[in-house]
Amino acid sequence: MKYLYYPGCSLKSSGRAYEESLLAVFDALDIQLEEIDDWNCCGATSYMGVDEIKAFGLAARNIGLANRQKKTQDDEETHIIAPCSACYLVLLKTQKYLATHTDVRNSIQGGLSEIDLDLNSNIKIRHPLDVLVNDIGYQKIAERVQKPLKNVKVASYYGCQIIRPYQEFDKEYYPMTMDHLVTKLGGEAVDWPLKTRCCGGTLMGTMQDVGLQINYRLLKEAHRRNADVMITTCPLCQFNLECYQDKIMKSHNDSVEMPVIYFTQLMGMAFGLSDISLGLNRLLTPVSDIFQ
Amino acid sequence: MNTEINKTLQQPWKPRIVAFFCNWCTYTAADLAGVSRLKYAPSVLIIRLMCSGRVDPQFVLDAFAKGADGVLIGGCHFGDCHYIEGNHKMFRRYQMLKRMIVNMGIEPERLRLEWISASEGDKLKRVINDMNEKVQALGPLNLPGKFQEWDLEIQDMIDQNGDMPAAKEEHHV
Amino acid sequence: MSSTSKNGSVRIGYYVCHCGHNIAANVDVAIVAKEIEKLPGVVITREYKYMCSDPGQELIQEDIKELNLNRIVVASCSPLLHEQTFRNALTHGGLNPYFLQMVNIRENVSWVHTDRELATQKAIDLSRAAVRRVAIHKALETRQVSINPDVLVVGGGISGINAALTLANAGKKVYLVERDPTIGGHMAQFDKTFPTLDCAACILTPKMSDVKNHPNITLWTYSEVVEFSGFVGSFKAKIKHKPRYIIEDLCVGCLDCIDACVYKNPKYRDEFNVGLSKRKPIYIPFPQATPQVVVVDPENCIQVKRGKCKMTCVDVCDRNAFDFTQQETFEEIQVGSVILTTGFQTFNPEKTPYYGYGKYDNVYTSLEVERIVNSAGPTGGEVLMRDGQKPKKVGIVHCVGSRDDRTNKWCSRVCCMYSLKLASLIKEHTGAEVYNFYIDMRTPGKGYEEFYDKVLKEKVHFIRGRVAEVTDWAAEKEEEGKLIIRVEDTLVGAVRRIPVDMVVLSVGIEPQTDAHDVRRLFNISCSTEGFFTERHPKLAPVETAAEGIFIAGCCQGPKDIPDSVAQSGAAASQALALIDKGVMEMEPNTAYVLEEACSGCKSCISLCPYTAITFVEERKKAEINEALCKGCGTCVAACPSSAIMQNLFEDDEIYSEIEGLLSIPQL
Repeated sequence: MKYLYYPGCSLKSSGRAYEESLLAVFDALDIQLEEIDDWNCCGATSYMGVDEIKAFGLAARNIGLANRQKKTQDDEETHIIAPCSACYLVLLKTQKYLATHTDVRNSIQGGLSEIDLDLNSNIKIRHPLDVLVNDIGYQKIAERVQKPLKNVKVASYYGCQIIRPYQEFDKEYYPMTMDHLVTKLGGEAVDWPLKTRCCGGTLMGTMQDVGLQINYRLLKEAHRRNADVMITTCPLCQFNLECYQDKIMKSHNDSVEMPVIYFTQLMGMAFGLSDISLGLNRLLTPVSDIFQ
Repeated sequence: MNTEINKTLQQPWKPRIVAFFCNWCTYTAADLAGVSRLKYAPSVLIIRLMCSGRVDPQFVLDAFAKGADGVLIGGCHFGDCHYIEGNHKMFRRYQMLKRMIVNMGIEPERLRLEWISASEGDKLKRVINDMNEKVQALGPLNLPGKFQEWDLEIQDMIDQNGDMPAAKEEHHV
Repeated sequence: MSSTSKNGSVRIGYYVCHCGHNIAANVDVAIVAKEIEKLPGVVITREYKYMCSDPGQELIQEDIKELNLNRIVVASCSPLLHEQTFRNALTHGGLNPYFLQMVNIRENVSWVHTDRELATQKAIDLSRAAVRRVAIHKALETRQVSINPDVLVVGGGISGINAALTLANAGKKVYLVERDPTIGGHMAQFDKTFPTLDCAACILTPKMSDVKNHPNITLWTYSEVVEFSGFVGSFKAKIKHKPRYIIEDLCVGCLDCIDACVYKNPKYRDEFNVGLSKRKPIYIPFPQATPQVVVVDPENCIQVKRGKCKMTCVDVCDRNAFDFTQQETFEEIQVGSVILTTGFQTFNPEKTPYYGYGKYDNVYTSLEVERIVNSAGPTGGEVLMRDGQKPKKVGIVHCVGSRDDRTNKWCSRVCCMYSLKLASLIKEHTGAEVYNFYIDMRTPGKGYEEFYDKVLKEKVHFIRGRVAEVTDWAAEKEEEGKLIIRVEDTLVGAVRRIPVDMVVLSVGIEPQTDAHDVRRLFNISCSTEGFFTERHPKLAPVETAAEGIFIAGCCQGPKDIPDSVAQSGAAASQALALIDKGVMEMEPNTAYVLEEACSGCKSCISLCPYTAITFVEERKKAEINEALCKGCGTCVAACPSSAIMQNLFEDDEIYSEIEGLLSIPQL
């Protein structure tokens, strides 16, 4: 099965390590990804708050593009993989919203028709975590492991958007897919009650003291539970938790240093892929020493 | 009665749906909808029967023939029938009726069977409003009017061609 | 259908009710009356404020006499509510009660429509149908069936116990069927009862032994009703007795066998203590269990499972009460009425994962805490947590599985009060700081508010807000090792974190998981969530839609012990009223065969679920046994020769109703 790939802005900029590791891991598992041609902004954050119709329109164009790309290949059902939590949620929300609000759907479809695009309900928005554990399966992933994460304690951080408000593949209050994944990679999943707590989102830019405190608590609790590394599914979470660690430690006068990496990077490490291919060189807090 | 007719003439067309509800579930649900002050379209005229199993297919056809724009039958869910399985019997008749009315040129949406339990006042409201909307969209069925037209057509044919075998028939189904 | 001309002498009186403003506000009753007056056969139309009142009924009776009326139409509320009232009025007026037709212009019109003009038009349409129908009504005689005085009570909690004792004391024979090995129900598990704090066992167990010893009560524990049929006055029930592997009459409850069991230590979940302690494969649920008979758990007893045990239990039994060959047995009984008191289950808090039940050891349900504070409970009445520690701070979370869109929407009615009780008991036992987290305090009941006041004075803390989560995430050093309750304190207007040692989840009341099966078995109705529905929420609170079947206790809806006792007493009195009358009047809505039209095709025979239709070979005709017919009319609708008719629902009556509804052409 071939998946269409919607990278979104983060994976081409601050979250390049996510893209690199994602592509490497999917390649290692023989999953084909095809980037959507001419994709645009997903419509997240400010757009959604300022003008819903425009935000839905932006997201819908991406779905329309996927539809066109799919048609040329004459596939039955097409899945778009959206790795960034925000992109994933906005695309999903757009699809669900347009399905029930015919008036908005009609006006957006009208706009898309002008550029020869149409919405198609046969497109499914997927998160790579969902694809990996449900389409590929834990078994196959476990078989691919070459360097089991022996004695590595991993805190899985799901953040908010991939399980709220929609529960497409995991539970909203205590998701477990990543924790199971960690055990399949040979590591030890840390039971960590903050796994769905807010990372502060854009607060780090607007009200930094609040942002710092939120992230301090996340890191502190992971420390208290003896995690060696934290894994995330979202470029913004990773950015908040990793890039500000210096400031967090200074403002709270506490040493809570911890590598925060993408779950795909952790998978790639267990698969024995090279550091460069996984973008590990881009990390501010090095992760290599968690392996003995 | 002229004032009534005049009044109905002034108003925009509203469908009239005859409903056959069983005493134990759907009629009770209608009572519940009332007690809960749920609001639904006034197009549905309810006839109470003890069981949906009492609904003779003739009742349905008669209602259409007399001018109903739709017929709604309400009974208990399978397994809930007060008389054990009267609703199953109705279900079979309903399948037959559906085929029949389609053959007669009546749109299938004009006949509907719904299982509505005594506690489902909200479902009753949904079903009635939904059916009202669909029948409203279909427009009047007006079988009595059509019967009259056909009578006239036949009369014309008789007038023009003289003898017509078996020209006049009762239109009661 | 030229019905009125056929009944030339038909004289109809039409009465439309205002029902205060209930009808008159949305239906122009004057116009309705005016329009109906024009119909053939209608002699008089009247409108009146309350037709169901005495003056309203007298109006009908006087008109019958003075105007020589012989048919009556009342346009008011649902016939399910007042048909009997108006039939009685007809009888008193000297008319056959079945010359009445009601038009439901309240539940079916004024309450559900907002457009007054359309509602008025609909009331006219419905009334026209009724006028046409009533014109061809026939005089009918009410049927009577005799009532078997024996009563079946299903469920042996406090409601069932009270109902059974009430009936038995009145000299009626009662079968009390309980599926557990003992009667007592949930009340037996409680420690003390609010608001008086008298001990539940002290007031319950004497009643339990009364049941056991009462000559009029046949007590069947570890038994279930598996089949049920018949109708009011003569029901048939099939009871399954599950094998206890003990001969009930021989066991004296010495419990030597339990000591002698090959299992030296208890190993299996003790249901009575909600899993807080263990029991052996042979056990007695609790010391005062009634009957005082041990029971063998077939899932875990080696002898039952594999037939290869040393059977040390049998050796010590000098009564020879063991019988490992026991099988399920079945028994059929006949009763005239039934009282269902099947009780409730508590909400399973695993469905609210954010409260940490099942994840954190020190999160308990309220039912578990009832056992913990009980002196006969698993900790001997000491409030000890699973780690053996005494809690210093305890948080009680109200409304778990109640008043919540995500779980159950209803208020469980008892949680506020039992939470107060547990708060008071925990404080008394441990001196701990106790916090109650509530949405609203609901303490209606005699002495309840006063109890709340008392607990407030005991310095129990009350925080108003629905708890968001229970977590072991410590934001501050002082929180480490504690359970933290996160809550929005709506009175302070801030999110608070309260660290505690022990969390009590005040779980709500739910219908039993198999409530729908029970409902089906007894052919009664229940709400979507599974509570059995009474015939009328105010005026018939213990009757059901099925004649002769009554409900009481939490199977009808959440309630406390006093209410359960009151309701079961009411159910028993209703059953007694039925029995004392000796007969029951039935709607004469039976089907009958027009022999001259019957072709003898036998189509109807298999349709009847009550085997009321037989085929008479000599005459080659179908015949309906009126006593067995329940009046569903399925055979009437199915007869290909229209040879079967139904009293009260004659074909012609329905056709005239249809015609009446539609007789104004709409263009």
